[in-house]
Amino acid sequence: MNNQQQHQKTMERVQQGLDRRYRKERHFRWLGLGAIILGLLFVSFLFITIISNGYTAFQQTYVKLEVFYDPEMIAPIGETDTEVLSRANYGGLIKASMRQMFPEVTNRREKKVLYGLISTGAAYELRNAVMSNPSLIGSKAEVWVVADDDVDMLIKGHIDLRLPESDRRIKDNQLGWIHLLQEQDRIEKRFNTTFFTAGDSREPELSGIKGAIAGSFFTLLICLTIAFPVGVAAAVYLEEFAPKNRWTDLIEVNINNLAAVPSIVFGLLGLAVFINFFGLPRSVPLVGGLVLALMTLPTIIIASRAALKSVPPSIREAALGIGASPMQTITHHVLPLALPGMLTGTIIGMAQALGETAPLLMIGMVAFIVDVPGSVMDPSAVLPVQIYLWADSPERAFVERTSAAIMVLLAFLISMNLLAVWLRKKFERRW
Amino acid sequence: MKKLISAAVALSLTGFVSMASARDYISVVGSSTVYPFATVVAEQFGKTSKFKTPKIESTGSGGGLKLFCAGVGVEHPDISNASRRIKSSEVERCAGNGINDIIEVKVGYDGIALANSKKAPQFKVTRKDIFLALAKQVPDPKDPMSGKLVANPYSTWKEVNKDLPDMAIEVLGPPPTSGTRDAFAELAMEGGCKKIDWIKAMKKKDKKAYKSLCHTVREDGKYIEAGENDNLIVQKLEANKGALGVFGYSFLDQNSDKVQGSLIDGVAPTFELIADGSYPVSRPLYFYVKKAHMGKIPGIIEYLAEFSSDKAWGEEGYLADKGLIPMPTEERKAFKSDIEAMKPLKL
Repeated sequence: MNNQQQHQKTMERVQQGLDRRYRKERHFRWLGLGAIILGLLFVSFLFITIISNGYTAFQQTYVKLEVFYDPEMIAPIGETDTEVLSRANYGGLIKASMRQMFPEVTNRREKKVLYGLISTGAAYELRNAVMSNPSLIGSKAEVWVVADDDVDMLIKGHIDLRLPESDRRIKDNQLGWIHLLQEQDRIEKRFNTTFFTAGDSREPELSGIKGAIAGSFFTLLICLTIAFPVGVAAAVYLEEFAPKNRWTDLIEVNINNLAAVPSIVFGLLGLAVFINFFGLPRSVPLVGGLVLALMTLPTIIIASRAALKSVPPSIREAALGIGASPMQTITHHVLPLALPGMLTGTIIGMAQALGETAPLLMIGMVAFIVDVPGSVMDPSAVLPVQIYLWADSPERAFVERTSAAIMVLLAFLISMNLLAVWLRKKFERRW
Repeated sequence: MKKLISAAVALSLTGFVSMASARDYISVVGSSTVYPFATVVAEQFGKTSKFKTPKIESTGSGGGLKLFCAGVGVEHPDISNASRRIKSSEVERCAGNGINDIIEVKVGYDGIALANSKKAPQFKVTRKDIFLALAKQVPDPKDPMSGKLVANPYSTWKEVNKDLPDMAIEVLGPPPTSGTRDAFAELAMEGGCKKIDWIKAMKKKDKKAYKSLCHTVREDGKYIEAGENDNLIVQKLEANKGALGVFGYSFLDQNSDKVQGSLIDGVAPTFELIADGSYPVSRPLYFYVKKAHMGKIPGIIEYLAEFSSDKAWGEEGYLADKGLIPMPTEERKAFKSDIEAMKPLKL
């Protein structure tokens, strides 16, 4: 009896506590859920601001002009000497066409403003057209040319027309001309191919990310060709051959340490070793790739060692048992099984290298480079550097281009990470 | 196969080394303030000439001159931009590394604006107000003539000058590494500092103390270092009506719908008023060319010719469209003839 009473008492106490415990558990779960929601909110906020700022950059305003390829201004009909053709005054053709369209503009200052509606890049377009087809000289043609960035901003609705005239980049007289052009259907927004086919420019409407993408490609190519074989070899040696002693412990601690070293330190190292000691030129993808390879090596070594560790010892023993040499064991059995894990680690390391700017600052890759690089020895910038440079430019139209470049970078990062996930899913083996 | 690989590696290595020993493009380093102007010229030059587009790194004036003075040869830059004049210590450093002839070119002028949001009333300050509001140490407000210094006690603009609005002092500006900050301290703060007679007298007696008094910015959070990115300062001003920002004229020009420049000593930071020299906070911009590289690296002479042509740095030139304040005609002529004669710098 006494015993039963006691039992009941205990049950009561448990019951009382149970509610509290359930409540605590619920709170604990909510806390975790809250953390996830908060994270997602931040990410979606980031994505929404970038996309809403940047999507307009994929379109560009064009203006239709009637251009007379005046033989007097370019070269006599039949002239094919490229030197003569390339040096002709193509800007003059555009000015003549604008004058013809707005004959009422005669004041020198107003004319300058009028010509400003068309980008300075339009003259190069005409030049390229004539140089590829000299028979154009003497003919008349309707040509769509790139509009100035201020006009572009107006057409895209980034200029507030309610403001007083003095506060606007587009003045009332320009507005009148633009409306006139719009009435004649001479203004049109098109897909911005320049953004993907041109290098950097100080004119927002002529700037593109091809140079930065090529620079990133060459840099990552060098980084991969050095970091992957070296990283895998180091991991194989440490995991399969190295004796376990104080030295290997020291090396292991150092590798783990290096993975956490701020990336700018690798930039300083690169500056001292590759540029000052070996005398390689500044701002080239070769040096950038070498520096980034140093930076990603620890990541690759750690991931590769983890992948090697996860291959069960029974496989090694079986291979050795039927008479394979240690090298055959590793190259025929262990490496193929560990490779998916190694590749995943490498891709993640590459994605990290793709988004890196700090070490490149030290070796001169934060630079204005117009020509699209064609090899690892041409000066070039990389995607994140391009974003940084555009974010720091005074022209308003660079705001949307900055966001657009971020979108391109994010697209590359996401696809690389997806590739890593897919590789892991496809080739992962469980024992 | 193995032999093939090792041969390829050896070949590519020798290739890199031989490629490193030649350079067919101009390498420019230096100030982030001159960068937006130099890049425009470089791009024009690349598109209209048969030479490659020069490479321009934005390293800051000091960092650029350090690289520039490291030596003669293809691995060193040909030109360094600077938002201040080269220092005698830097000229010595150059000479120590075998660079004896440097050609100095003044590009034009840049106004430094003290601006705030369009939604707030426009500020009208004097340089003395700026000094009193931002210096670390100021004359004791109870007895300003006594020569006694106290840690800056002002927390609102009204306390500095009763004609100013009753707003907390909050100024966003560049960090000490920036040339803009140096110029702001020298032109705006020292300019106001000199207005106080006994401090002016100090200049003769103890130049060091005078300089540190006039140039040191307060560190109690009223002056906020907002980084080198001027666009960021503009964005912060838009969000915070009570704050003022310090940045270059070209950013004011591009963002005239969002921010307004304050009147300093009664003069507004407009193109015309900076150009004629009446706006007090404006500074010259320079670049320096290594004479030893001229004729060795293709295109330097032509690049200088493009820079000093009227269509670039003239009153109606494309640099003026980007916010550079051109030099007066006489000064432009003088620098142009110096360039053509390759006249080396003498300090």
